[in-house]
Amino acid sequence: MTQTVSKTSIEPVVRPAPLAPHELVGPIEPLVRVSALKKYFPMTRGLIFQRVTGQVRAVDGISFTILRGETLGLVGESGCGKTTAGRTMLGLYRPTSGSASVDGLDLQALHNSQLLHFRRKAQMIFQDPYASLNPRWTVNAIVGEPLRVHNLFKTERQRAERVKELLELVGLNARHVNRFPHEFSGGQRQRIGVARALASEPLFIVCDEPISALDVSIQAQVVNLLEDLQDRLGLTYLFIAHDLSMVRHICDRVAVMYLGLIVETSGRDELYESPLHPYTQALLSAVPIPDPKKDRARRRITLQGDVPSPLNPPSGCRFHTRCPIARSHCAEQVPELREVMSGHYVACHEVK
Amino acid sequence: MDSATSVARLVPDELEAPPLSLRELVWRRFRRHKMAIFGLVMLVALLAYAFVPSFFISEDYANHTDTSLRLHAPSADHPFGTDTVGRDILARTIYGGQISIIIGLTAAILEVLAGVLIGAMAGYYGGLLDSLLMRFTEAMLNIPQIFLLIVMAKFFASGIPNIEFLGREYSGSVVVIVLIIGLTSWPYLARIVRAEFLSLKEREFVLAARATGTPTRQIIFGHILPNCIAPIVVTATLGVANAITLEAYISFLGMGVRAPTATWGNMLENANNYIESAAWLWFFPGLLIVLTVLSINFLGDGLRDALDPRSRTL
Amino acid sequence: MNTLLEVSDLRTQFHTPEGNVFAVNGISFNINEGETLAVVGESGCGKSVTMMSILGLIPIPPGEIVSGAAVYRGRDLLKMSEHELQRVRGKEIAMVFQDPMTSLNPVLTVQRQITESLRTHMGMDAPIASRRALELLDLVGIPDAARRLNEYPHQFSGGMRQRVMIAMALACQPSLLIADEPTTALDVTIQAQIIELAMRMRDQLGMAMIWITHDLGVVAGLAERVIVMYAGFIVEEAGVDDLYDDPRHPYTLALLGALPRADRRRHQRLKSIPGAPPSLLVQPRGCPFAPRCELAADKCWAESPSLRPVGAGHRLACWFDVKEMAS
Repeated sequence: MTQTVSKTSIEPVVRPAPLAPHELVGPIEPLVRVSALKKYFPMTRGLIFQRVTGQVRAVDGISFTILRGETLGLVGESGCGKTTAGRTMLGLYRPTSGSASVDGLDLQALHNSQLLHFRRKAQMIFQDPYASLNPRWTVNAIVGEPLRVHNLFKTERQRAERVKELLELVGLNARHVNRFPHEFSGGQRQRIGVARALASEPLFIVCDEPISALDVSIQAQVVNLLEDLQDRLGLTYLFIAHDLSMVRHICDRVAVMYLGLIVETSGRDELYESPLHPYTQALLSAVPIPDPKKDRARRRITLQGDVPSPLNPPSGCRFHTRCPIARSHCAEQVPELREVMSGHYVACHEVK
Repeated sequence: MDSATSVARLVPDELEAPPLSLRELVWRRFRRHKMAIFGLVMLVALLAYAFVPSFFISEDYANHTDTSLRLHAPSADHPFGTDTVGRDILARTIYGGQISIIIGLTAAILEVLAGVLIGAMAGYYGGLLDSLLMRFTEAMLNIPQIFLLIVMAKFFASGIPNIEFLGREYSGSVVVIVLIIGLTSWPYLARIVRAEFLSLKEREFVLAARATGTPTRQIIFGHILPNCIAPIVVTATLGVANAITLEAYISFLGMGVRAPTATWGNMLENANNYIESAAWLWFFPGLLIVLTVLSINFLGDGLRDALDPRSRTL
Repeated sequence: MNTLLEVSDLRTQFHTPEGNVFAVNGISFNINEGETLAVVGESGCGKSVTMMSILGLIPIPPGEIVSGAAVYRGRDLLKMSEHELQRVRGKEIAMVFQDPMTSLNPVLTVQRQITESLRTHMGMDAPIASRRALELLDLVGIPDAARRLNEYPHQFSGGMRQRVMIAMALACQPSLLIADEPTTALDVTIQAQIIELAMRMRDQLGMAMIWITHDLGVVAGLAERVIVMYAGFIVEEAGVDDLYDDPRHPYTLALLGALPRADRRRHQRLKSIPGAPPSLLVQPRGCPFAPRCELAADKCWAESPSLRPVGAGHRLACWFDVKEMAS
């Protein structure tokens, strides 16, 4: 029986818990600040001059902060607006209202030249490894694009060298620089996407469901890679996902979205061990656990019906139509996101 | 970062197949189309026919009239016979072919430039610009191309002087024809390009380029355009055939390229009164037109299949 | 317990311009009446192709069932003609697919699609079939069923469409339901609804179920027995409790180690499996998992291990036994 090369000679990384407020020395300014961000998509009709007939309220006023080096998880089911939120806060969609800032650079206040500066600091990793790389470009061109756009390095040769370094950094063979995306597997393509995001040396990366499209065994590879990079390069992440198990693994804090609003935010373990919002509770109870005895033993909260349409969200608390503990006033008033315990915010009338 | 490097090392290089660039893949698929290969070969032969012999046969010879030789049937001296004023038809098909083909090519180039530009702008920017450009395009599409050609040709062609190009002198009507065909054929391509842009601009790699901060011009021409080469190439190829056919139409109607410049089309016109009595007048130019258009169409079909991104090998 | 379906040594290949794809390489398993079997594996492991081969749903020019038998109630499905198979499909063995949008005909009403099966297989006439369709929609929990019978697939949400698919599958009360990743594309709360529905149907109708998935969490809550597949082979088979308590195959272990847990505090990195699944274009020689296995020895590269029993209802295809090694 031969022992092959060990997978890692680093000690298993035990991630430190984020500092509790009283441990902080002086106020620490968050790296990322999002405030009352809204993004509505108009529904239009008409041939030449389009009439607006309605709004899809994809993101309807969300606020959060992320500290330097932290990973915030943004979770929710399809239609909750998490992907739209990620793209809007990076300016890929123009916000309907509200603000987002990274390292002091405010998205709304930027003119074109400073927008480029913002783009250097804040990058994105996309969900679909097959669609997020231009099929007609070589890996060298793809990973090198940020280098060219931001004018890093003076010569093409230097840029090519840097591209090779980046590929090695993400665990790819630098020899493959001149190949095309279709020659790589899904996991490898995702790594190319990571290398591209790192090229401009960003401070903050929005990871938009980066592993959903990958096989289970490859997911672990990519997640480990993201963590290693975070430790090495001091990155800050917004991790958008619907896989709650993976979110628990990688995130420090978690925010739960439903129909365009954040319903609960908390430190990781606290959210999973004592969820306060009824939606969070239902969501967590629906997550499959790979342990048959435990799975059989737990209490399932099954929600009725489907998620309402973001075109016409329910009045008051958006969740009241499916909520097991809804009362009459829940249909009338929109609950505010309030801090009910230290660092734990909930938007629900019934939670004190 | 040992876990990452050990990943790269532990598994034998997965990309064992030699890198097949997209071009090579396309060529492989193309090769499987017998008719397309036939079309390509035929087209090369026709191009050779039109351009190579001009080293041996001068244009003057093609234009040399000798009424004593008029309307001779094909013979050893004149393999394709002579026309109504005694000119050698073989030589005229050669020089006429040059014009017809050049008209086809330049009109197609014009069509592509206009169609891509308008389609790209409309597709990428959307909104009011898109609406305006598309209404304009649809209006253009509604104009019957042939009538416009006839009217324009009648209006302009007579007053334009001869021009010199590549050592040959042409009637200015050639330029007019090219312009008109090119400027009336672009709407078809514009709609196709616009549709491609509309769908491609939502793709994630475009979003990624925006997230990188890539300027819009680079996104349009560097990112999106290379991904819609396929329909552009196919439409351009078929556009050449279309232009050649159109030129033949209007020249046959007497509105096209003027004497003394020969084209396959106006040779057909000269045969108008002799359809039965001197069949060689129309047979040879007609045959060449048919062969050229057919081979371009086969080629276009093969290209369309070869470039289809939904084919499994890609 | 009676054996309902017995598959022996199934081998399926696809002849493509790039070469021969060895999709299924000698699969043998049984399913008993009323039993729920889960087939777990990552993409490309052959789990879907296996089921499609059994039902004769793979396109036969590129595909070829090279060998094997699938005996259902005494008759070999692989030897049946298309005509005979049509009488089995839908009536005896029903299948539910992953993407309900493409499995439902967008231009036919839901009623039409459900009653089609009833009229073909059970010979019901239209009014009786329509009544039965209404019952079925109610059964699968679609609210306002009478109105929704006349709607088209695009008017339903993803979860509702999947319920319609299940209603269609159950219409003729099949003995076996094969569900191919039916909840993979659905949100987790909707997934929970569908799984609960499937289990309720199973209990009510006494149906056997084969549930194909890549999600080991879903398997834990649903299955009685589990088959783990890799690169067209079965590498391990066990009762569900046994598989999670006592996994023996390095791939199963690795898969379980790569899973994050929502119910536990994080205490270590995920154990990733280096490399990627093998190319199916290469004729399999030796154990398919050898290139990625920590324990791989010369024997593993030379010869492919066959499934051998290692405990009650527990079979393993590996030259080593991690349990024995640990002791």
